[in-house]
Amino acid sequence: MNSSVITFPGSNCDRDVDVALKKFGFKNKMVWHEDIELPKSDLVVLPGGFSYGDYLRCGSMASKSKIMKSVINFAKSGGKVMGICNGFQILVETGLLPGALLRNKYLEFICKNIFVKINDKNSSYFKNIKKDILELHIAHNEGNYFCTKDQIKEIDDNNQIALFYSDKVGNIKDVYNPNGSIKNIAGIFNKEKNILGMMPHPERMIDSSLSGEDGSIFFENLINNLK
Amino acid sequence: MVSEQVAIDHGLKKDEYKKICDLLKRVPNITELGIFSAMWNEHCSYKSSRFHLKNLPSKGKNVIQGPGENAGVIDIGDHDAIVFKIESHNHPSFIEPYQGAATGVGGIMRDIFTMGARPIANLNSIHFGSPQHKKTKNLLRGVVRGIGGYGNCMGVPTIAGQTNFDESYNGNILVNAMTLGLVKKNKIFYSKAAGLGKPVIYVGSKTGRDGIHGASMASAVFDDKIEEKKPTVQVGDPFTEKLLLEACLELMAGDSIIAIQDMGAAGLTSSSIEMASKGNLGIEINLNKVPCRESKMTPYEIMLSESQERMLIVLENGKEEMAKKIFDKWNLDFAVIGKTNKSKKIELYFNEEKVANIPVNILVENSPMYDRKWKKIKLPKKIKIKKEDFKNLKIITVLNKILSNPNVCSKEWIWQQYDHTVMGDTIQKPGGDAGVVRVHGTNKAVAASVDSSAVYCWAHPLSGGKQIVCESWRNLISVGATPIAITNCLNFGSPENEENMGEFVECVQGLGEASLYLKFPVVSGNVSFYNQTKDNGIKPTPVIGGIGLIKDYKNMITMDLKEIDNIILVIGKTEGHLNQSLFSRDILNEKNGPPPEINFFNEKNNGETLLKLIDKKYIRSAHDVSLGGIITALSKMCIKGKKGATLKKPKYLINQFEYLFGEDQGRYIIEVDSNNLQKVITILKENSVHFDELGTVIDNDLTIDDKSKISIDDLVKSHTTWLTNYMSN
Repeated sequence: MNSSVITFPGSNCDRDVDVALKKFGFKNKMVWHEDIELPKSDLVVLPGGFSYGDYLRCGSMASKSKIMKSVINFAKSGGKVMGICNGFQILVETGLLPGALLRNKYLEFICKNIFVKINDKNSSYFKNIKKDILELHIAHNEGNYFCTKDQIKEIDDNNQIALFYSDKVGNIKDVYNPNGSIKNIAGIFNKEKNILGMMPHPERMIDSSLSGEDGSIFFENLINNLK
Repeated sequence: MVSEQVAIDHGLKKDEYKKICDLLKRVPNITELGIFSAMWNEHCSYKSSRFHLKNLPSKGKNVIQGPGENAGVIDIGDHDAIVFKIESHNHPSFIEPYQGAATGVGGIMRDIFTMGARPIANLNSIHFGSPQHKKTKNLLRGVVRGIGGYGNCMGVPTIAGQTNFDESYNGNILVNAMTLGLVKKNKIFYSKAAGLGKPVIYVGSKTGRDGIHGASMASAVFDDKIEEKKPTVQVGDPFTEKLLLEACLELMAGDSIIAIQDMGAAGLTSSSIEMASKGNLGIEINLNKVPCRESKMTPYEIMLSESQERMLIVLENGKEEMAKKIFDKWNLDFAVIGKTNKSKKIELYFNEEKVANIPVNILVENSPMYDRKWKKIKLPKKIKIKKEDFKNLKIITVLNKILSNPNVCSKEWIWQQYDHTVMGDTIQKPGGDAGVVRVHGTNKAVAASVDSSAVYCWAHPLSGGKQIVCESWRNLISVGATPIAITNCLNFGSPENEENMGEFVECVQGLGEASLYLKFPVVSGNVSFYNQTKDNGIKPTPVIGGIGLIKDYKNMITMDLKEIDNIILVIGKTEGHLNQSLFSRDILNEKNGPPPEINFFNEKNNGETLLKLIDKKYIRSAHDVSLGGIITALSKMCIKGKKGATLKKPKYLINQFEYLFGEDQGRYIIEVDSNNLQKVITILKENSVHFDELGTVIDNDLTIDDKSKISIDDLVKSHTTWLTNYMSN
């Protein structure tokens, strides 16, 4: 399986995702934001970080960078694109995913373990996954998912919600919502479900010495699904 | 025109100005005076501290680079080295907490990657005034956001820290930032220029008018007009620094750099002079070539600007194009601004005129050094606590009060705002005895901790100085790391006051003695004097950043209690020392008396024996005993492990409060599997280590005696609510 991780100026989880993808069997290439062509890929990952400093709206500058034209074309032709954290923000800014990511409700950067409930286990990202609830890690200042009423209806109608913030047994309640996201949304798909954007970082949970190992479950399952 | 008065306005003393004129054999022009004032202020010249700092032990078998470079470097085996240093950004953070703290973090990271190392962990030690003081809350919020804002964007995890509150910081908060970087031993870069006619390159951000005289501000006492000093605070741009980091490391992968130095305090002035001085050569710079953010900047402003995210490089001839390409790729300014020469002078040109011409040795070797007057501080007399004072106290009430004390309570509200897991190697998060990160791709891990004990240092600087090094050592051992070396940030009041200077001298002496005995050398550091508003200085606050190595990261120890029925022991002797303890100060309101005594032999022996036990895998959890004594330490282990403990009745003659809350040094609490207990006891006895059997791990409650019992949930509540409530009100 070939994967590509895009490095924007200010990306800072690009290496971490590279390590994770390789650990679970991907042949990964790092792609510079000024490149025009995307290498042959089964999966493209937009990593976390502060692309272009995020001095404008998070992800907005990156969404206009050279390589993104190819990424957008790749996504529109059905290619798998996953955005983690800043990558999710970039996907929203390109319009590939609906909605926006606002500043966290309590106006503070949050770095901690959280639980997410997988909403749709039929999608190619989560099909056959061993668990319904994953313990992952978040680290963001703008993860408060927001969209219009019409958009949320469409998202619901198409079953586009990928992950909800929950407790460890899967209860989806306001108290488990770390950032104020509508409906406790931690990640969403596009309609076709080839594009996934999520705030949590599975790449930070890939061995037992780290904050947890549920990221391993995610990546192992993902590569099996793509094979 | 430059006159004595202009020099005084620049923070120079009359005799210093006279010395300048004598050395130059003329009156300096305004640019030159600016350069002198920047190089000769306390912050850059260490003029009041050098005399004493030279006595600190800085050598050891693992030391690759001691003080004198951008940071210290230690060997961790397999050709890997750790570059690390701590630095203060106190004055700017009080004036503008967000930017002050942010640029403090940015500055220390630059010191690390200047040497070729990729930063792998950040730490910080922050001290604020009383929680009731009107400025404290906003300062805390701003500082925490600033530290997070910079470190998070850089993608470097903040793995540990320390936050203290004390009224002595009401008018002068402390923000000390520390960074560790990883480098291959043969790829360390230094600031010593070499070779003649080599191009001098400026890279990074453009130069603006921000931070002019920042270093001078950091060398002055605050008065009522501090708000006017806002323009002297630099503004940070972590995004540019991230680009600068990547660009520098890319250039460093080759062999074109002769010397490199970041532009920190006193900007272009100190960086160029330092490179010339170390290389014993001259540097000429055409200031028209310096990339400027604003038009019509004068030579004076260009030389004294403290704009952030800039570096100065001496390059091999002919490598300019190749280097420029790298900086272009990262969208950073790159300019050849001068060259090295044999003049041994710093020569500056602007609009084709020579605007400064100063022999380098005058600025560096001839900079003032003072053996300031200082007052010895006697060990205070022990205060006997009367029996009646204990009579009406209930252990659980006292424990709750101590756990929720601002200096003991959980700081999760703070460290949750710092990205502590980016880079994917953080194996011990903030909230433990030390932060631990793996050396990427290896089995090794590095532990780091920051500590201060201003109350002990204030009560008796010599003892306090020793204690703080020992505490750092214990924190590293508690996570299973072998302590290697330390960096220090020495925060004090005015050196011109004999008492403050005495505190400095004796703290330094104490920490030197401890560091020598424990073979725990000081490899880098920073001094911050004039933490003083009018006549009120802060409590003497040396901060120690310690580094240790864990050879196999799987042997790392955490403090959370692991399993029911395991046995809990206390290593080290409990005499019940209450003077200067949190119990004494907070519960009995008794603020006098000596701090606990340090016994170097026991300290070393207890620590080394515990490391042996860890090595044999007999230890399930460990935690050093510090503020709040045994019961506070054990409560934290219960909270972290969500398990309870039941205590045995102690067999001592001292009373229960002295036993539980005493702050005797050299102690650890350890958890041992009952099957290994005899083996552990044998090793402890063989090594003549004193120990007590404290109790057993149980389920839900901490049971101290028949009358004193508290549930873990209640312990958690006491420990975690204060800070969150304080910040949300």
